[in-house]
Amino acid sequence: MKTEKLFKIKVKVNSEFYERAVPARMTLLQFVRDECNLTGTKEGCGIGECGTCTVLLDGKAINACMMFAVEADGHKIETIEGEQRGEKLSDLQQAFVDNGAVQCGFCTPGMIMSARGLLKKKSKPTDKEIIEAISGNLCRCTGYLPIIEAIRAVARK
Amino acid sequence: MPMHGLSSNNRSHPCRGKKIKLTMKEEYKYIGKSYPRIDGPAKVTGSAEYVHDLKLPGMLYARILKSPHASSKIKSINIDMAKKLPGVKAVVTGKELNYKVGLYMIDKDILARDYVRYQGEPVAAVAAIDELTAEKACKLIDVDYEIIEPVLDVMEAAKKGSKLVHPELKKYSFMKGVFDPQPNTNIPHWQKIRKGDMKKGWEEADLIVENDFWNPPVQHVAMETHTAIVRALPQNKAEIWTSAQSPFTVRNLFCVCFGLRHQDVRVRIPSVGGGFGGKAGIHLEPLVYCLSKKSGRPVKLTMTREEEFNTIPSRQGLRSFLKTGVKKDGTITAYEAKLYWDAGAYADYGVNIGRAAATASAGPYEVPNCHVDSFVVYTNKVFGTAYRGFGHLEVLWGVERHMDIIAAKLKIDPLEFRLKNALRDGSKTITGERIYSHTGRVDKCLKSVAKEIGWEKNPKPGNWKKAVNGKIRGKGIAALQKAPAMPTFTSCSVVIKFNEDASCDLLVSGVDYGQGTYTMLTQVAAEELKLPIEKVNVVWDCDTSTNPYDWQTVASRFAVMGGNATIDAAHDALRQIKEVAAQALRCPVGDLVCEDGKVFIKHNPDETIPYEKIVMGYVYPNGNSIGGPVIGRGRFIAQGLTNLDLKTGQGLPALDWTFGAHGVEIEVDVDTGEIKIIKIATSLDAGKVLNEQQCVTQTIGGVVQGLGSAVLEEFKFDKKGRLQNAGFVDYKIPTAKDLPGKFALIFLETELPHGPYGARGIAEHPMISVPGAVGNAFYYATGIEAFEFPLTPERVFFMLRQ
Repeated sequence: MKTEKLFKIKVKVNSEFYERAVPARMTLLQFVRDECNLTGTKEGCGIGECGTCTVLLDGKAINACMMFAVEADGHKIETIEGEQRGEKLSDLQQAFVDNGAVQCGFCTPGMIMSARGLLKKKSKPTDKEIIEAISGNLCRCTGYLPIIEAIRAVARK
Repeated sequence: MPMHGLSSNNRSHPCRGKKIKLTMKEEYKYIGKSYPRIDGPAKVTGSAEYVHDLKLPGMLYARILKSPHASSKIKSINIDMAKKLPGVKAVVTGKELNYKVGLYMIDKDILARDYVRYQGEPVAAVAAIDELTAEKACKLIDVDYEIIEPVLDVMEAAKKGSKLVHPELKKYSFMKGVFDPQPNTNIPHWQKIRKGDMKKGWEEADLIVENDFWNPPVQHVAMETHTAIVRALPQNKAEIWTSAQSPFTVRNLFCVCFGLRHQDVRVRIPSVGGGFGGKAGIHLEPLVYCLSKKSGRPVKLTMTREEEFNTIPSRQGLRSFLKTGVKKDGTITAYEAKLYWDAGAYADYGVNIGRAAATASAGPYEVPNCHVDSFVVYTNKVFGTAYRGFGHLEVLWGVERHMDIIAAKLKIDPLEFRLKNALRDGSKTITGERIYSHTGRVDKCLKSVAKEIGWEKNPKPGNWKKAVNGKIRGKGIAALQKAPAMPTFTSCSVVIKFNEDASCDLLVSGVDYGQGTYTMLTQVAAEELKLPIEKVNVVWDCDTSTNPYDWQTVASRFAVMGGNATIDAAHDALRQIKEVAAQALRCPVGDLVCEDGKVFIKHNPDETIPYEKIVMGYVYPNGNSIGGPVIGRGRFIAQGLTNLDLKTGQGLPALDWTFGAHGVEIEVDVDTGEIKIIKIATSLDAGKVLNEQQCVTQTIGGVVQGLGSAVLEEFKFDKKGRLQNAGFVDYKIPTAKDLPGKFALIFLETELPHGPYGARGIAEHPMISVPGAVGNAFYYATGIEAFEFPLTPERVFFMLRQ
């Protein structure tokens, strides 16, 4: 069997730098989950249609399954594991808990990262902007309303 | 069972706009209050562990090869090339797996043997060092198929002389006395319900109305796809980690399938990313076990999203023919239903949907003369299984549309027509069960949603051609009912064990895959143990080797059964605490009261012992000790249920009924066919709201899922039976952009005498009858009768123009 060519990349994920040699086919999602062992980011479809793998790339929400790890070389990635503020939950995390925005929890990390991407861009988004920001994140349990309420609660602080 | 003398009260919760203050009774410390989910922090930080995230040392990854044909004979399978690929550790085909598996009807193969019965059915599987290698190996497997014309149409399949999907049906094992398979047909179960005198019923009728309805199969779409890890161990032992709803049923069916001893198989279920019925019963575990046994290493198999649609089972389609006789005054005199369930290629679970939904197939109405034939029918399509609502959403779509059509013909207001016939104290259901006032109040549910959406009496059908600016509105209502569908002997158990600091761990085997069950059990345990709520810990991972037995986490049964078992366990623990305290305080047990983690003599509260000094054994000042570690055990078994008579369907199938109703206002865009939900009101007779936040959020989620069924979701097959929309690109579920303009939720509290604090289940009910309400509103908006859903823009566009 031919040995697959590997590419050296250096990616900052949350507060750590990860230097790894990865094959070209490796997605950023696989890199985060398998190379960095950060399994908070989930895979729901693998083709960019469900948003469960949402992470921030240089502050912007993206689907990690739709990007190759090599493309993230030199960039900064934020995942759900970087969201917590020390011992304390972040404002968004706390609001998700308080507003009943979590049920099975599988979409939750991606949902929070989409919301974080929005709040980084605009700290006081309208309801329409909140809905737009999470419209690429599928959730089958909550009916979205509690999620919208959670994000709104943070935006109105 | 505890009985609390609460009167019914209404709770209204408009989710947008101002909140109405709820009338909260104060006799409970924890019950009825809003507690955020206990699993919230783990899930928002990404630290909650799903099988999706698990890896074992030495673990291999599996992929499956699926049939591209809906029906074919497997002439040969050549796996030589696949086996030679470096990194491949095991390849299995159906030939070597001579097992049948299933819940009620043992009709499934682990891998297709000799014949494939649906496109997407697994025919071979590979375990390799990584998924990519396993996938490559699957492509190297050569299958020689002889294509057979598939049986796709449910009505064709039900005919005598149709080509058989399962020629061996008569040889299959099944639950005897409950199911009635018809040999040499495609019908693995025929449920009959016979009540009264149909001849008399038709004669008494002034009007007879007949309609037929259809709804297609759909997918559950849990966000975590099915995944399982199995480690086969020496001496025929096995360990299983699986994303499933029911650890004990997985273990039982697994052991029955392979002839293993129950104690040798350990099933563990950590966090589960949604189920909705799709993870009930047994799915991937037997196949993964075979791969693990063959390779000698743990193996993980995770379904792709595409496989979720066309390999993993779905919700059955339903064709229903309904016929009702009514008097001029609106009294129903006779009702006949013929239900044809499009079960797909297997019906191991589907047979029970055809049975259970038939018991509710006249809707929540009093029908004196009734004749129901519910046929579960095999076809060469992806097969059906339990899905939130368990057939009731499908049946009640027809029933509730039918009710509106009859009302219009009688020129009676649809709400009045329903109220006139609604089940009430003294009514008998179609299976002969007596309804009491405490069974629940569908009439109140209907009235409350009608009020909430501003129902105007005697609505006139709309005319879409008179739409202003291309938009036209209408309002509709629909009622619903459902009881848990489960074997008559279904049971549940709970163990509460105390820790040194008088905190406790509650062990249970119902799985909280999103419903909030464990949060509710925390409240119940704290309430009954008289312990601060933060001292109760429901142990998250289910483990069949350590947790006590439970049948399955399905059927909206856990509030009632798990709640009652928890109360029983708490009382058992309290008895032990009091017995020791009575000795230590030298008083009768009956004089002791527990409160806030302490036990004291009721007339002398100074004589107090904190639980900490009792739960590991009480020690006297001189060192003598009594008692010992406190372990409460509790159980609950469904009582008084009977199998339905196979000839008449008479019997008692329902542990409890939950009634409800939806009212909806929609706006139809006559140019695009798009339906916008202006407002939806949902009323459920919950018996007792145990945790308001969890009830509200679960109901909203269910309503939105119901709207997905109503206006978006359907499987599309081509002429050869191949699923055309197996993925999110072509199969849409509701997104945040598809929400109704307004929700209103109303929880009635008609106490269930044998429910914990009067509570009954409401997990499935929010989505039942949502399509019916939308379909009825569609008529009052456009003047067009809908007989099938979903009311997608495309379907609506063509309906208006035909």
